[in-house]
Amino acid sequence: MKFGVVTFPGSNCDRDCLHVAEHVLRLPAHPIWYAHRVLPPEVDCVILPGGFAYGDYLRAGAIAATAPIMPAIREFAGRGGPVLGICNGFQVLVESGLLPGAMLRNRSLRFICTYVHVRVESVNTPFTASCRPGQVLRLPIAHAEGNYYVPPPLLEDLRARGQIVFRYCDPDGGATPDANPNGALDGIAGVCNTRGNVVGLMPHPERCSEAILGSEDGRIIFESALRHAAAAGAAAVSAR
Amino acid sequence: MPTVRIVVTLKPGVLDAQGQAIRQGLHALGFDEVAEVRVGRYLEIDLPEGWSRERVDAMCDQLLAHPLIEQYTIGAGGNPGTGAEAPGPAGRSEARRGTGPRGKGKEARA
Repeated sequence: MKFGVVTFPGSNCDRDCLHVAEHVLRLPAHPIWYAHRVLPPEVDCVILPGGFAYGDYLRAGAIAATAPIMPAIREFAGRGGPVLGICNGFQVLVESGLLPGAMLRNRSLRFICTYVHVRVESVNTPFTASCRPGQVLRLPIAHAEGNYYVPPPLLEDLRARGQIVFRYCDPDGGATPDANPNGALDGIAGVCNTRGNVVGLMPHPERCSEAILGSEDGRIIFESALRHAAAAGAAAVSAR
Repeated sequence: MPTVRIVVTLKPGVLDAQGQAIRQGLHALGFDEVAEVRVGRYLEIDLPEGWSRERVDAMCDQLLAHPLIEQYTIGAGGNPGTGAEAPGPAGRSEARRGTGPRGKGKEARA
């Protein structure tokens, strides 16, 4: 199992993701440079990290979606490869069309940096496979454009297909309006594509994967990817 | 070299929190007649003579505007966006709903 973490100009959580892979999970991890056109062949899970790729010019994630590495990531995702977008990485996935929807400015117009609770709405993704359905995670957010939006008909599609992966909630798991920090439609904090292998979320699991940081709840996201890769590897072996 | 002027705004019905805050500010200054404010983005693009309206539409659909939440107008010459005074080569400009696929990543916007 090898994670690859993309660095765009303006990414600032790439080192944190590499740290979690290498020093918390003790797995090899590869930095991936945005200007390259191919992924390292041994990478079997790609992470698009948080930050401010290309200064958030035009719209957050919009220019990064045109970066040289993106066709390779699209191809990897098309083959079913697991791709995780965290915060700005989620914005890049939305702008590149790998995930549905769009990001609006936070309802408050403020950059929000705080801990929130999210409820796991789908465990059928590589990044939530180790979670219990409905499990509540305490994770930090730090963003100005996290107000997730889709037109109402598309929201119905997302619900019907189980593409809503995380929703903001109170500590007891209630997805109340008060628990929604940024005005996101339906309290959506994370979604996946129809196949489930591409996931984006606004909270930062890499910032809370060690007790010293105040929460370890984020680690289950990375452990899920590990478990998913192990299961996929076992399936490949038994199919031989 | 013609300059093409593009104005991108949020579609009607999409929450414009900035516009609401600006309306509030105008009301605070006594401009009570202000009913609504929508905030947008203005771009000037220099193109060769005989530029293609179709290609500018494609630029908007693929990058300059987000088809789910934004609409745009294309104008040339005089006033940005309205296009009334100086129509582009493909005729008058008009608000586009930008429903076309972004040319990359089909699933998301399906």
